[in-house]
Amino acid sequence: MTELIDLTAAQAARGVQTGEIGAAELFEAYRRRAAGEELNAFLWVADSPAAGGSPADRPLGGVPLAVKDLFCTEGVPSQAGSRILEGYRPPYTATVVAKLTAAGAPLLGKTNQDEFAMGSSNENSGYGAVLNPWDRGRVPGGSSGGSAAAVAAGLAPWAIGTDTGGSIRQPAALCGIVGLKPTYGACSRYGMIAFASSLDQAGPLTRDVTDAALLFRHMVGHDPCDSTSVEFPGQVALPVAEDLRGIRLGVPEELTGDAGGVQSGVRESFEATLNLAEGLGASVEPCRLPHAPHALSAYYLIAPAEASANLARYDGVRYGLRVDGDADLITMYSRTRARGFGPEVKRRIMLGTYALSSGYYDAYYGTAQKVRTKISEDFRVAFEQFDFIATPTSPWTAFELGSKTDDPLAMYFNDFCTVPMSLAGIPAISIPSGLSEGLPVGFHLAGPAFSESRLLDVAYALERAIGFDGRVART
Amino acid sequence: MLDRAQVLHVARLARLELDDDEVQRMAAELSHVLDHIEKIRELDLDGVAPTSHVVDIVNRLRADEPMPCFPPEVALAAAPEPLRTAAGTGFGVPSPLADESP
Repeated sequence: MTELIDLTAAQAARGVQTGEIGAAELFEAYRRRAAGEELNAFLWVADSPAAGGSPADRPLGGVPLAVKDLFCTEGVPSQAGSRILEGYRPPYTATVVAKLTAAGAPLLGKTNQDEFAMGSSNENSGYGAVLNPWDRGRVPGGSSGGSAAAVAAGLAPWAIGTDTGGSIRQPAALCGIVGLKPTYGACSRYGMIAFASSLDQAGPLTRDVTDAALLFRHMVGHDPCDSTSVEFPGQVALPVAEDLRGIRLGVPEELTGDAGGVQSGVRESFEATLNLAEGLGASVEPCRLPHAPHALSAYYLIAPAEASANLARYDGVRYGLRVDGDADLITMYSRTRARGFGPEVKRRIMLGTYALSSGYYDAYYGTAQKVRTKISEDFRVAFEQFDFIATPTSPWTAFELGSKTDDPLAMYFNDFCTVPMSLAGIPAISIPSGLSEGLPVGFHLAGPAFSESRLLDVAYALERAIGFDGRVART
Repeated sequence: MLDRAQVLHVARLARLELDDDEVQRMAAELSHVLDHIEKIRELDLDGVAPTSHVVDIVNRLRADEPMPCFPPEVALAAAPEPLRTAAGTGFGVPSPLADESP
């Protein structure tokens, strides 16, 4: 069994396709690990792979998939980490999950997350915090913390999550795995329980870059059920690059200087990775993203504003919790939401409602939308000179459980390096670049819209040069 | 700086019942976050167009033809108060009139 767990997802898929591995045996090996886990990474685990088709004939080879709780899965609990949706079993399946299942990745289980994807530590889950497999006294990051911890600990071969301001990349960094946030519109959002609709994107969390490319290849495409989804230009390429000759990397001083409070160990790993990139033939030069330091402020107006509208649907009428149904309608709404939502969700609903309220709309929401324009322009200018932008993924390595819960603003700074790309809708990947005091550090690369194939290629060449070993987290 | 009355006003708009502790905590926490966010108001943004969406799509409409949808029983399956009456099926809600006793 240990041998199966040691294979990457792509290797396991090939094993099933060539007949060396039985798909049923592979599923059972992971099912047993997921069902017996102690990290609180899973909220539900399947008994068996859903029937249909021969896994050996399909591109994902029967390699089981962990899915963040907020993806709707027909007949299977889909609660977005919230008590207000406790026990909710939707009547349909999210498009990306349906696509991956059809490509041969059966559903292994649903993973824990921050409630409605609001958080950077997974401590905001209505179902308890997730523990980081590298150190169980620390957070796995969030909001896709369950997916990241499950992959890092070898409880799942691969997983999908969602990223609104860093929710795939930051937990991937803190857990020592690969996380890709695709270009906005590359993957359908249909069936993803919404947080901030103009920012939410689904993406892979995997053990290595090749697995990320393979999984992402089968997630993309226009979906008639999501009018903001677009056809991906060509097929996603599997990475092959051996060097980085001719690649120009820009390092924005605004995101790598002192403003974000980058830890010294994170900075050392970041600079060592830039040296490796130069050794592989890339050029590394400083670049400017003048408005990037304001991205966090714009994000924490835009995302809560959209959330306050999206979460209006949890009113105790069509699904989920209802409290005091004998009271009048408004009282029932207000008490249902008071009981069902956790403190961070309430905070963001309040912040968003305030930013959209009469008299404040222009000063807050309108201003944030203009800053968003300036941030996109900054990237457009930077990409005239550079192929990719490099930053640390998170200013910090995994922090101790409970250490940032009393200060919401401090928690928001987790997203300092990742939100500018979210606001611009461009793709970005986090790969493990090494350890700092025994904890993984993430290296973050961003490229122009729909540059995923090239981005994955560069990440692949770096991954081979770094030679990160994540096996210790899989015990 | 948000005061107690503002917090209660916003909570009412958001249909969120807050207890006294929450009102106090929310006033302090939101004020702290807004103090930081306020900095973007110092930027010169005259003449900058707002971005609501990054995808270069204006409107994408499908043909106006009937499509399959869930039967009522499926749509009602997760409802707290499904109604099945002679007049039809639907979602049950309390009276919207505050003073009307049931």
